[in-house]
Amino acid sequence: MSVSRFWRKIPQRYNLIGTQCTTCGRYFFPPRSLCPDCRRSGKIVDHKFNGEGTVVTYTVVRSASDQFENTTPYVLAVIALDEGPRLTSQIACLPEEAKIGMRVHSVFRRIAADGESGVIHYGTKFVPTE
Amino acid sequence: MRDVAVIGVGCTEFGEHWGTSFRDLFVKAGALALEDAGVTGENLDALYVGNMSAGRFVEQEHIGALIADYAGLATNHVPSTRVEAACASGGLAFRQAVIAVASGMEDIVVAAGVEKMTDVGTGASVDMLASAADREWEGFAGATFPGLYAMIATDYMHRYPLTREQLAQVAVKNHENGARNPIAQFQNRITIDTVLNSSLVADPLRLFDCSPITDGAAAVVVVPLERAREFTDSPVRVLASAQASDTIALHDRRDISTLDASVAAGKRAFSQAGLTHKDIDMVEVHDCFTIAEICAIEDLGFCKKGEAGRLTEEGVTALGGKIPVNTSGGLKACGHPVGATGIKQIYEIVNQLRGDAGARQVDAEIGMAHNVGGTGATVVVHILGV
Repeated sequence: MSVSRFWRKIPQRYNLIGTQCTTCGRYFFPPRSLCPDCRRSGKIVDHKFNGEGTVVTYTVVRSASDQFENTTPYVLAVIALDEGPRLTSQIACLPEEAKIGMRVHSVFRRIAADGESGVIHYGTKFVPTE
Repeated sequence: MRDVAVIGVGCTEFGEHWGTSFRDLFVKAGALALEDAGVTGENLDALYVGNMSAGRFVEQEHIGALIADYAGLATNHVPSTRVEAACASGGLAFRQAVIAVASGMEDIVVAAGVEKMTDVGTGASVDMLASAADREWEGFAGATFPGLYAMIATDYMHRYPLTREQLAQVAVKNHENGARNPIAQFQNRITIDTVLNSSLVADPLRLFDCSPITDGAAAVVVVPLERAREFTDSPVRVLASAQASDTIALHDRRDISTLDASVAAGKRAFSQAGLTHKDIDMVEVHDCFTIAEICAIEDLGFCKKGEAGRLTEEGVTALGGKIPVNTSGGLKACGHPVGATGIKQIYEIVNQLRGDAGARQVDAEIGMAHNVGGTGATVVVHILGV
């Protein structure tokens, strides 16, 4: 991923800043600039999510792309944030700890790097709550 | 709108073609299709080529022109268009050809698909294929393609009574069919233990739950039905051509274990053809992973949610079963050169309906093709009949 492409979404990736349509109240993460329900009559503003959520489904990735190969095995999950939206993220836990319905919260973590001397991508992962 | 028919089909062997280039693969499939149709290149009004990512696999864009050129049609200036919808690129190319002929704009049209995947390493391939999902918000987090389908499998098995053995039986059945298909990448039979003893790729999916990395090309020729008899005694009619979209990311779906775009495209196709699932004699579904075949059978309406594992175990979807699924061997055994797969499905159905399917022949007059892009963000469904 190019530096500019990564850089322009730093607030979203580091701090879980998504959006909300103030016309209907619906939250979006990943952020959307058009509300699918209200369309052009929607008004979109930034919203910082509190980072609490529940695991909807998960897997343990054991064979990954070159960028992630040295971090396998890792737990990948779809997480429903308490405000409603769902996102895809890693859970920093042991493979056998992952469960559907598990409560998790967001943490700031290193995600991957562009090769040995490339940009390090930081972002959000989740860890089990409790 | 005019009725449309397929008058010729061609397909390369699917596999690892170390000695064959991207353009050579296409030329071979195209020549086979034209020969089968009894038309020559000068007769063609247009080409539609499904291709997912020549730009990253062989560092070549502008595929439409390249293919027209190496098919010997540059001096004819035949219009040639690349069509892309990830793994549904082939099905979508066929649909564009059908629309072009149905509209009356073009008469003799080739729909083709091609992918040359083995010129890059496996890690690069995995990364490339992940771009069929949401690069920014799935791929960035470390989502691989098997990882996404594995999350569908986890959700499905949590909610429905699907056993690990039933899931493995999908691969066993598709290898059984592939063993009878001379173009299949894998023509070997396997057992449930082969699947269960293979390495984990993304839990619960193992290596033998996954379709392989494949080189290959396929092509078909479509014309207005009213002209089909000029070329062949056994035209195959296009009874329906449907397409549907859904969210690019799996996490945004209404239901993780249902591909709503499959449901929508399936319903549209049945409605166009005036048929129901009971009228379908065989179906080629998009089994990029074993769980994908389970979902497809249900989402297209062949059984209720949660029943496809049992049907597979009971042999209902096998060659001799009530509704044979993936007689070609599917993506699992026949191989999955992503842009070519949707056209290969049409190739298989035409062969079955014409009675040319050899050792895997089933008794069929109406067949259905189901081609998925990504984890279900694009679905293309066609119904063909004789």
